[in-house]
Amino acid sequence: MFPFNFEWVWDMAHVIFFGGFWYAISILGAGLTYCILKAAYDTFKGGGESHHHH
Amino acid sequence: MDSALIPEGAKRCAFPKFALGIAIVGAVVLWGVYAMGLIWWKGLNQTNMNDNYGFALWIWADLAVIAVGGGAFFTGLLKYIFKVDELKNIINFAVIIGFICYSSALLILAIDIGQPLRGWFIFWHANVHSMLTEVAFCLSCYFAVLTIEFIPNILENRQANKVPFFHHLAHNMHGVMAVFAATGAFLSFFHQGSLGGVAGVMYGRPFAVREGLLIWPWTFFLFTWSAAAFGPCFTLLVTKITEAVTGKKLVKDNVVHLLAKISGWMITTYIIAKIIDTIYWATVTVPGLGLDIDHFYSNNAFYGYWILFTEIIICGVIPGLLLIMKSTRENPTLRLLAIILGVIGVCLNRWVMVLQIMAIPVMSFDTWALYIPSWQEVATTVLPVAYGIILIAVTYRYLPVFPQEKELNAVQPVTETE
Amino acid sequence: MNKNDKKAHKFGMVIDLDKCTGCGSCMVSCMSENNVPFKEDESNKKDSITWMRVYKLTNGKSFPETEIVYLPRPCQHCGGKGDHGHSPCVSVCPATATDYGYDTGIVSQIYTRCFGCRYCMGACPYHARYFNWWDPKWPEGMEKYLSPDVSPRMRGVVEKCSFCYHRYQAAKDKAYYDGREDIEENEYQTACTTACPAGAIVFGDLYNPAHRVHEIVKPDPHPASINSTVVGKSRNPNVFRLLERLGTNPKVYYLSEREWVRKAGDNYLAGEWDKIKNHHGSESHG
Ligand code: SF4
Ligand code: SF4
Repeated sequence: MFPFNFEWVWDMAHVIFFGGFWYAISILGAGLTYCILKAAYDTFKGGGESHHHH
Repeated sequence: MDSALIPEGAKRCAFPKFALGIAIVGAVVLWGVYAMGLIWWKGLNQTNMNDNYGFALWIWADLAVIAVGGGAFFTGLLKYIFKVDELKNIINFAVIIGFICYSSALLILAIDIGQPLRGWFIFWHANVHSMLTEVAFCLSCYFAVLTIEFIPNILENRQANKVPFFHHLAHNMHGVMAVFAATGAFLSFFHQGSLGGVAGVMYGRPFAVREGLLIWPWTFFLFTWSAAAFGPCFTLLVTKITEAVTGKKLVKDNVVHLLAKISGWMITTYIIAKIIDTIYWATVTVPGLGLDIDHFYSNNAFYGYWILFTEIIICGVIPGLLLIMKSTRENPTLRLLAIILGVIGVCLNRWVMVLQIMAIPVMSFDTWALYIPSWQEVATTVLPVAYGIILIAVTYRYLPVFPQEKELNAVQPVTETE
Repeated sequence: MNKNDKKAHKFGMVIDLDKCTGCGSCMVSCMSENNVPFKEDESNKKDSITWMRVYKLTNGKSFPETEIVYLPRPCQHCGGKGDHGHSPCVSVCPATATDYGYDTGIVSQIYTRCFGCRYCMGACPYHARYFNWWDPKWPEGMEKYLSPDVSPRMRGVVEKCSFCYHRYQAAKDKAYYDGREDIEENEYQTACTTACPAGAIVFGDLYNPAHRVHEIVKPDPHPASINSTVVGKSRNPNVFRLLERLGTNPKVYYLSEREWVRKAGDNYLAGEWDKIKNHHGSESHG
């Protein structure tokens, strides 16, 4: 899974497989982070149909 | 008593009735959980698996729920990437069904492995050449995607949505949903395929082995394709069941027709590919290994040509044709028949690709091996079904799952037109 | 390490089925050598463990032409297609818990790494792999006879014949201690080989022309011309491997002068055997 696992080898198979895996994980992570941060920002800005602001 | 949680303007049955239903299905869940506990505590000797049948009922159930759960990724792909906008009226439900299917699949895997506490080895010590590794990675990641796709719907619950942060979060997640859906489609393509690859790469098993493209045997593509084809059938079937149980129309006919049509074309193209694959396997691959196709369908008490015929013709060609022709597709009874046959067909295919493979002798002096699951296996296989029913009941009750529900059931309840 | 390396071996076995009496000594010696556990109730053979299993085959004819042969079946230590080390089982294990030793040709099983998914069992056409369905148990007092050189296995993992790998390690240690580069043929022999009263099993290095196993098998170092996934086919017309056409490339060979026995080693279409049997041993088929 990581280069420090002893069965890891720097070959095409590992690069493609884990390249794809970490790429997918990064997209999901980045997407979620964006949504959460933006939601926090929107909340404090008090936009939208929030019930706590007038 | 729980009316504050129920979506605005929606009619739901009285709480005691709801609770009673949940309690009945809950008893089944408890039965499954008890069996699961036995298996974790005492080991896989609680099953009737044996050294001939290392893969058995669970792996079939696993493959089957993943196949029928394919409706989620395919509907998502159509809705968010190909912009088939009508599908927004069924996407929430497709995601929930997918969520149920995939969480069940992961649970089954956790029960199935001999050393559950070492389950993480499949990630940590990954052998990237194994199809099962690819399955494990993509399956888990895709489950994360489904969870992400499910969250906004949960946050739209009437009470949750009052919290500004949740409200904004749901809104923002909807905004970037296309990115998640694309990632989900990518991951699904690989794990659905790899599940087919699991069988296709077993070159010690002439019944399973297939030639292919680069490292991917043909079963890889057939599995992905069939999941995309039959997954929507399952989505439609569960929608139909939900409508029957709630006595309400929840999705408009044009949406159902559209999904049925897409599914029909996918099934038809899939089944053509499957027929070609079967013919090539039977006339080239298998004779090259010194075997006649009869070997796989005779000399035993259960597996005969009937299973091949049922899978391909009755549950493949027929639903495909029924769904591509407008007249039969728009006939509620025939459509229902087609989606039921389709769901059976894809499940049967997964059965053949797990259990029949294990049953067939390979060495000339070996014998057929048939297997009957133990009650613990049956209970743990029923568990996901019961869990799924509860989750659907709860989400239907408290979340705005069907955007068209209000409109379809406004003022006077629309009489059942189907 | 590749096979051009001076130290690379390819350990293999040839079993003379005409000598085997079916006595089962190999099975017993294997179990005690390798700490194979028992079950409380051994009546159901489908979930008990026998790394070495003796099959009974008949020619299917009625008296007086009935003939019987006993076929001992250890793990075949498949080299996989083209003999590249991608054995059916090794290539599928998701956790790298079974591995191919390029220096020995032996397929290992790492018990503490296996998490019991059993994919390898499905992939092996020889039923050579066994799952620990039960907790290992030995009758009272028998734990004292366990071999300290072989780790016992826990419930929930797969195990199989290792060609008594610990004996190889011991032989290597001894050679090293004696200041020798390599081990002698007789220094590394599996338990079944040494236990067989009929002397039906011969074990050694298939790369070493001086070894008896090589003399009997005369493995063809080149891929078969018709089926290039098959490597190491025997040039002895009486020697065959199980399911050779699949391309699993086993390192266990069988020897018999009886034609029906050799035919039973693989699958053939009607009439196919008569066409190929004459070049059997020198040419692959399929
Ligand atoms: S006989 Fe079976 S377990 Fe042994 S190497 Fe071959 S496939 Fe693997
Ligand atoms: S059962 Fe163990 S050795 Fe076999 S494939 Fe699974 S993890 Fe690998």
